[in-house]
Parts: sequence; C-alpha cells; structure tokens
Amino acid sequence: MEWEAVIGLEVHVQLATKTKIFSGASTAFGAEPNTQACAIDLGLPGTLPVVNEEAINMAIKFGLGVNAEINKVNVFERKNYFYPDLPKGYQTTQLDKPIVGAGTVDIALEDGSVHTVRIHHAHLEEDAGKSLHEDFAGMSGIDLNRAGTPLIEVVTEPDMRNAKQAVAFARKLHSIVTTLGICDGDMSQGSMRFDVNVSVRPKGQEKLGTRTETKNLNSFRFMEAAINKEIQRQIEAIEDGFEIIQETRLYNGDTGEARSMRSKEEANDYRYFPCPDLLPVVIDDSRLDKLRAEMPEMPEVRKARFIEELGLSNYDAEILSGEKATADYFEAAAKTSGDAKLAANWVLGELAKTLNQNDTEIKDSPVSAEMLGGLIARIKDNTISGKIAKQVFDALWKGEGSTADEVIEKKGLKQVTDTGAIEAIVDEVLAANQAQVEQYQAAEEAKRGKMIGFFVGQIMKASKGKANPGMVNQLLKKKLG
Amino acid sequence: MAIDRSTIESVAHLARLSISEDEVRQTTDKITAIMGLIDEMQAVNTDGVEPLAHPLDATQRLRVDEVTEPNQREQLQAGAPATEDGLFLVPRVIE
Amino acid sequence: MSDPTSTKPIHQQSLAELSGALQAGKVSSVELTQHYLDRIKQLNNKINCFITVTEEQALEQAKAADTAIAAGNASPLTGIPLAHKDLFCTEGVKTSCGSKMLDNWVAPYESTVTGNLKAAGTVTLGKLNMDEFAMGGSNENSFYGPVRNPWNKEMVPGGSSGGSAAAVAAGLAVATTGTDTGGSIRQPASMCGITGLKPTYGRVSRWGMVAFASSLDQAGPMARTAQDAAMLLNVMAGFDPKDSTCMDRAVPDYTATLDQPLKGLRIGLPKEYFAEGLDAKVEQVIRDAIAEYEKLGATVKEISLPRTHHSVAAYYVIAPAEASANLSRFDGVRFGYRCEDPKDLEDLYKRSRGEGFGSEVKNRIMVGAYALSAGYYDAYYAKAQKIRRLIRDDFLKAFEEVDVIMGPTAPTPAFPIGAKANDPVAMYLGDIFTISTNLAGLPGMSVPAGFVDGLPVGLQIIGPHFEEARLLNAGHQFQQETDWHLHTPSEA
Repeated sequence: MEWEAVIGLEVHVQLATKTKIFSGASTAFGAEPNTQACAIDLGLPGTLPVVNEEAINMAIKFGLGVNAEINKVNVFERKNYFYPDLPKGYQTTQLDKPIVGAGTVDIALEDGSVHTVRIHHAHLEEDAGKSLHEDFAGMSGIDLNRAGTPLIEVVTEPDMRNAKQAVAFARKLHSIVTTLGICDGDMSQGSMRFDVNVSVRPKGQEKLGTRTETKNLNSFRFMEAAINKEIQRQIEAIEDGFEIIQETRLYNGDTGEARSMRSKEEANDYRYFPCPDLLPVVIDDSRLDKLRAEMPEMPEVRKARFIEELGLSNYDAEILSGEKATADYFEAAAKTSGDAKLAANWVLGELAKTLNQNDTEIKDSPVSAEMLGGLIARIKDNTISGKIAKQVFDALWKGEGSTADEVIEKKGLKQVTDTGAIEAIVDEVLAANQAQVEQYQAAEEAKRGKMIGFFVGQIMKASKGKANPGMVNQLLKKKLG
Repeated sequence: MAIDRSTIESVAHLARLSISEDEVRQTTDKITAIMGLIDEMQAVNTDGVEPLAHPLDATQRLRVDEVTEPNQREQLQAGAPATEDGLFLVPRVIE
Repeated sequence: MSDPTSTKPIHQQSLAELSGALQAGKVSSVELTQHYLDRIKQLNNKINCFITVTEEQALEQAKAADTAIAAGNASPLTGIPLAHKDLFCTEGVKTSCGSKMLDNWVAPYESTVTGNLKAAGTVTLGKLNMDEFAMGGSNENSFYGPVRNPWNKEMVPGGSSGGSAAAVAAGLAVATTGTDTGGSIRQPASMCGITGLKPTYGRVSRWGMVAFASSLDQAGPMARTAQDAAMLLNVMAGFDPKDSTCMDRAVPDYTATLDQPLKGLRIGLPKEYFAEGLDAKVEQVIRDAIAEYEKLGATVKEISLPRTHHSVAAYYVIAPAEASANLSRFDGVRFGYRCEDPKDLEDLYKRSRGEGFGSEVKNRIMVGAYALSAGYYDAYYAKAQKIRRLIRDDFLKAFEEVDVIMGPTAPTPAFPIGAKANDPVAMYLGDIFTISTNLAGLPGMSVPAGFVDGLPVGLQIIGPHFEEARLLNAGHQFQQETDWHLHTPSEA
C-alpha cells in the first residue's frame, strides 16, 4: 500500500525582549542558575504579573508577517499542571482568544511549485524553567532563569506531507521571525523549538490517522530525521497490524532514538480559565498602524522584488527569499557581481552544495557574499570560465586567498583569450588526433555536434581549462570545416 | 450532585493533595454538601449572558521592556527547602 | 497611663484622637507603642489575635516617628501603632497566612499596602491571625488556633480577618488592615463591633497580598471609626504599576467629605437582605439604624437584588476556582513547607500540600479543581461568571435610583466556636449579604449599629464603584449621632 504522511507543527518562538513577559527580570541567555529569576518568576506568594509591551508588539509583528488577523481583544488564561520547572503550578498562556489568528506561510517545494501552509493561530505564553539531572545525588536541580521568557507558540494546520516540507516551513518561519527581529533564531540555545504532529494514512484516504507528537526538536536536521523515523515507525506498525496510540514522544538527536513519553490517556486535565491577575489586552488601531509602519521587507515582498527587479524565476526567488541569511547573501553577491541571475545560480548551486557537504550555515560560510560576487564578476567579464571559477571557489573556501582576483593571479588561472595562443593549442590537438579528425570529417552533420565535444575537452585539458571555450569552439569549426 | 469517593480521589490527585484515610469520608460529605449549594446556580437563566471575569471593564496596562529586577538569588532562595549550586533541588524528574 | 486631655484610656481612643495627641506632643509614639505592646502581652493569650509580635521593630519605628514629629515631618499617621493581617508580605517578618505551609516563610519584599503605611510613618506591632489563606468566616481555620471574640470568648470573631477585628475591639492595636474576598473585612467588623471598609476592586494594590481569589480580593482598613478608616484609606489606596488590576485613578482625600450633611441621601434597602436567614433581633438593629439615617434627612426606598441567594453559589465556584490555581505554587519546591523524605516528585507534591494545608483550604482547592475540570467548566465556572454579570448589572441598575444600599452585614451576630465546624454550607450562607459586593467589585462598609444579646451587630453600607467617600461620609455622620462604635468589651 502507498502511504501518505500528514504533518502539522507547533513552534515555540522565544521573543527577543529584554525582559520576561510578566516581570522585569532579564532574559539574557547563559546566566548563572536562578540569577535571572525574580520573585515573580519564582511564583512567590503575593507577586503579580504585568504584561511586557514589547512582547505584545513582537507578537503583533509576527501576525502581520504571516498575513494573519490580529485579535484586538486577547486574553491570558491559566493552564494548570504541576511540574518543577513551572513555578506557579500553571502556565499563563492564551487559549480561546489568542493574539494572532489565522494566517499563511508559503514554502517552495522541490518540484518547483510553491505550497501554502496555513497558520491556525499563534498565541503568547511564558516559557518554563529547566530541570538539570546531573550530579545531585539522585535529585534534580531546577533553574528558573528561562521561566517567564516570552514565547509565541505558532500552530499550523496539518498541511505538510513529508519531512522536507516540514523543514522548508520551519526554515521559512525562522526567516520570518529573524527578518522581523522578534527572535534571535539561535536554535542551539532553544530560541526556536519544534513539536511535530505526525500521522499516516493510505494515499487517497481523506480521514486522518491517529497522530503522535514529538516534542522539543531544536534543529532542522533533527526535525527531518525525527519525522522520517516516525513516519516509518507508524507505517511499519500499521502494516504489522498494530494501532497507533495518540502519545507524546521524545526524539534524541544525538542517538537518533525515539521513545514514548506519555500517552494521551494519562494526560493532564489542564483546567484552563482566564487569568484573574491579568485583564484583557486590547490592541488599538494606533498601535497596529505604528507597528505596520515599522515592518521590515518580508520574505514574500522580497521574493516579488527578486522576480520583478532581478528577473529571477518564481522557484529561485522563493528559495532565495526564504531565509533571511540566504536572501541577504544573495543580494550582496548579486550587487557585487552585477549579474543577479548568475549570482542566483551560484548561491543555489555551488555554494549550497558546498555548504551542505560541510554542514555549514550560510552565515558561517568561509566564502563571503562579497567574495562570491567578485568571483562571478570575473566570469562575467570573461577573465575565467565557469569551470575555472569552481576551482577559484574551492580555493576561496579553503582560505587560499581573500578575493577571487588574488586566487586567479596566484594560481595563474586567467583565461586565455589571445586568438593566436588558442589557435596554437587547437592545431596541436588536431595534429595529435588525426584519426578522430578524419572520422569527424566523414560523419554526418547530425553526429558532428557530439563529436566536437571530444576536441573541446582535449583542448581545455591541454590549456588547463584556461582557454576561452567560445573561442575554442569557433576555431575548431573553422579548422575542421 | 453526590460526589463519590473515587471522584474525590481523582480531584485530590489533580490538585496534588494527599488525603488521609480518616479525611476521605468527611471530605466527601463536605464537598457533596458544597456542590449541592453550587448546583442551585442551575436555576438561574443565563441565556445570552456573557461571562464576567472582572468586575470593572478595564483593560490590561502594559509594562515598558526594561530590566528592573537585578539578581536577588540569595534573598529569594533563603526560604527554599533545598538548594545546591543555586539550583532548587527536587526528587529526580523523570521525563 | 492615659492621655490627660481625654477621659478615655489610650487604647479606647480613635486613630484621629491619637494622631492629634501625637502631633500636639501630648503623647509620644514610643509611649503609645509600649502601651499597646504591654496590652498584647497581657491579653493576646486570651484573644489569640497576634501570630507574630514585632516588639523591637515597633519600638524602633516609634522612635523614628517621634523624631519625625519633632522635626515637623509628620503625616497624620506618623507614630500610630497598627497591626497587619498575616497575608500582607512584610520584608524580614514572617508572613504565615495562618497556615502551616508558610509557618517558616519570610517574604523578601513588602506589600504595597504595608509599604504605604510604613512610608506614612506608622508603627507595626505585629501580624494578625486569620483563617488559613483567608478562607473562612469564623477564624477557626488557622494553624495558630482560633481567635476569640473580645465580647465573648466562647464566640468566634468572624473571619477571615478575625484577628484584625478582634485586635481593634480588644484595644491591642489602634487600627488594623484586613482583606475581603467575600466579606472578610465587613463580617468580622460586624461581629467585633468595629468599622471595616472593603474598597472598590482595584482601589488598593494587591501586590504583596497573598492571593485567595484574585478577581475578588481587596484590602481595606479596620478601625474604631469611619474617620479612622478614611485616614487609613487615604494612604492605602492608589495606583500601583505592579498590580495589573489596580486602577490608575486619583485618590480623593477621604477625610475631606466626612462632614457633608446626609440630607437627600437616597438609601436603597434590598428586600432580599431582610429575608432569608436574617435573625429577627439583628433586623431590628438594622431597622433602627436606618431610622437614624431618616432623621438625618435621608430617604429610604425598597429595592430588589434578585440574585442575592444565588450569589453564594456563584461565589463558591469562582473563589475556589481561582484559589485552586493561586495555591498551586505552594508545592514544597521553592519556599514554604516541604514534607519529610519525599520518595518521589509526586510524593513531594502530595504530602507537602496535604500536610501543609488545613482541611478547609484543601476542600476549597478540590471544589475549584472540580469546577474547572474537563466536562464541568461550562456548567460551573462559565455559569458562575454569567451569574456574576447579572449580579453586577443588578447593582448598577439599583444605583441609578439610590445613592447607597444598606442592610445587615451578616444575618446573625457572632456564633459559638465550633457551632458550624461541620456544616460548610451554613458557614458559607453567613456571607450571603457580603458576597455579591465582591462579585460586583463594589465598595462596602460595616459600621457598629447596636447589640444583640451582648454581641455587636454591624450595618452594611454599599456604594457604587469608587464611591468610598460616600460610604465613609455616611458612616461618619451615623457615628456623630450614635455611640455604638464607642462601646468596648469589658477587658478592653
């Protein structure tokens, strides 16, 4: 049977405010345990929350960034459960009246099409602290520095069908929140954490299968692996005659192992009710107008600009605008090189391949956008060929020079465009391959195109790739008749 | 509504309260009586009435995003039952 | 020791009188403070209204107050010895909430109410007994034992601010602070023969006041006279950015309007407040008090607050629901009581909470958790919030026709200790006349209006939102014509 996976995401995005959502304690990462947990964060008796304006503003910006409705009256509720990292015994969150309503995010699929993922809603809530399990003689240590850090939880509709789509969405979301400046996007510090809901169903079936939720994935790679593993697990279980149990699962990125955390039956009864310590948050038009005016260029808008102004294809524009870091890189490279299409090809081709092979993020690329732009400029002005350019790129990657010109100069890779010099090489190669010359001349016109490639290859080899391929072709055609 | 023993036990679990064997009976009787009083509410017609969470029709005031709470770990942990290296200690948390 | 200009002993004088004596240099704050500390030593074992006495700190504050007075830097409250309900956080002094759970807890911060009063130069004698976490109407639910009514020590003082009421009645503090979630200032004020005011919700900051039910709790003054209450409210009230529910609204000088004549004041008498469960003798006291107001030129009109009976049911959903979440933080992890040798996390939670809380608190937490649990929310919590709106709207409508509403504070005078211990419903119905003002967020006051069988009875005055001045004016004018507030129990 052919199976189809159905995937929805819940994404926790830590907002880049200076202070907690309900207290004036700092949110800076990496402080000594409990030095940024004030009386309010600790839930000490008699303390009260007051809402951080910037958290509200950032959530609104997110809503504007995903074309969502902003709920002008939104309400904080208490979600009740006991856990040591949850100081008050309830999480202050939003349920019925979240700040951000339904919206959309577009992602590029591998087949070149563009797919829309619907956002169900996004709500504001407070983060929990952390439990540390080492070194306390059988006890756990609780650090509440993170408790009260503002989060938006973005909940999608189940609109993704495979891990690649889920990752594409996650990357796009990353781009949106970093473009907006509402999240530092640092996944290794937990600034974005993904819960993935996965179910499978026979292809063509409308009804959704039973889903599981794998929590707290904090890298794109882990997310992809965890989803693929879970899809596989579910398919195998069903094919072996088992039923899927609705449960929460954990995936260990380091070992690649997944396991059940708790099943829905023993899940908590959260007893949500409106938080009586807080009043409804009312967002007026003047706040909305002000925030709208402050919005940076969003990926969608940038994409449209890439198509209209730079002449990129829909697909290339989607991919290049998807992540802010990539888009910034591309624009800088396009500007330096003076050829946007060539820059797009390089960023999506050689650069993407090399980044991937070396497991490197674009922001950490040893070849900067300016370096790549300089390299492309040399292709454009015929100083080097595309093939030589790859050598120059590799050299730049390895740190063998700080500009393309430096590498070209040092390695003597400058393209030979002198007709006389190229002609000498052509003559040499033709003389050395007389049999092939005769074959060529006896061949029908239709087969000659393919055969000429042999001579081009020999000539490029003899010139160490430096001969201008256009000129080589012209000379060959003339000499071979 | 009569509240039975198992309901009391499950609510006590939900609220993380140990109820001793001696207490269960009295607790069950008292809560049954209280729920009887509460159920009188059902006689009130509330069709079309919006719930009221706060007596004043006020809205949330927002706080400027500035750090106002310095590190006070020492004072704040002075009354803690068990701490080590600045962490609150609890029996091992199993995820 | 007594003030030579007065025939009354110090501890029977009002705050206003003592303030005058202090400012005039007729008595020092140290003398006053020592007088009250001596009385506490002498009488607290009989009344049990103090949980903590802060003798050393009180005398230091008194010295500072005397210096301020001598330097001419005094406020009207400078040097006045007060005591606070033990759920106001006081930096460096234990705040127990009448619970084993917090028997060892010292807040590292100060409540806004006590902070404001300290900043005004008052002296803190100590912290007062109360029903555990303010849950109760008799002050029998305290880890520190019941408070006894100074008028008859076999009787309860009312609750939950029973210690606060008894301390004023017994002359162990000039005035005190209390909190009122369903009547916890007014009902003990009535039962102990003192004046108590619950302000409008949002008038006084809740910061540092350990929460029972956040949308209902409000702190207020408990004192001998309406004038004293006005002087205290002047300092207690006001905007506090640390409490989201505290209103940013100017505080009038509540003493400035005390002397306004009451001619033309329109008084509404809810017929429901003179029906169900009202003791006939209490009713007579209240009718006599109303007649006094008519003599002062007020007009009286019968009104209806038809949901009065159901206010109790709605309240006993909303308050426990909020409490069930508010009290989840008492988990034995970061502060407060932790059970011995927990075998695992669940054991830590269940035993710390099971052993740390008393039975009334546990029952209310369970009622609240039950009312919020899956499948019951609409039938209980949502229903109660809808009734809450109806109740508030009934009041708003009534205030279109009348300026104040009057009636009994409680259906009966103080009852014997233990009488309702096993009947929670009977106990809860004792709040029937006070609960709806909390649900509606209105200010309410109890003033001494007479006696039944030697026990005091209070008249309740309810006003529109933020009209505390009107209540204090009405109370003060009544106290110019009557002397019920001047009666003192034999030992005081």
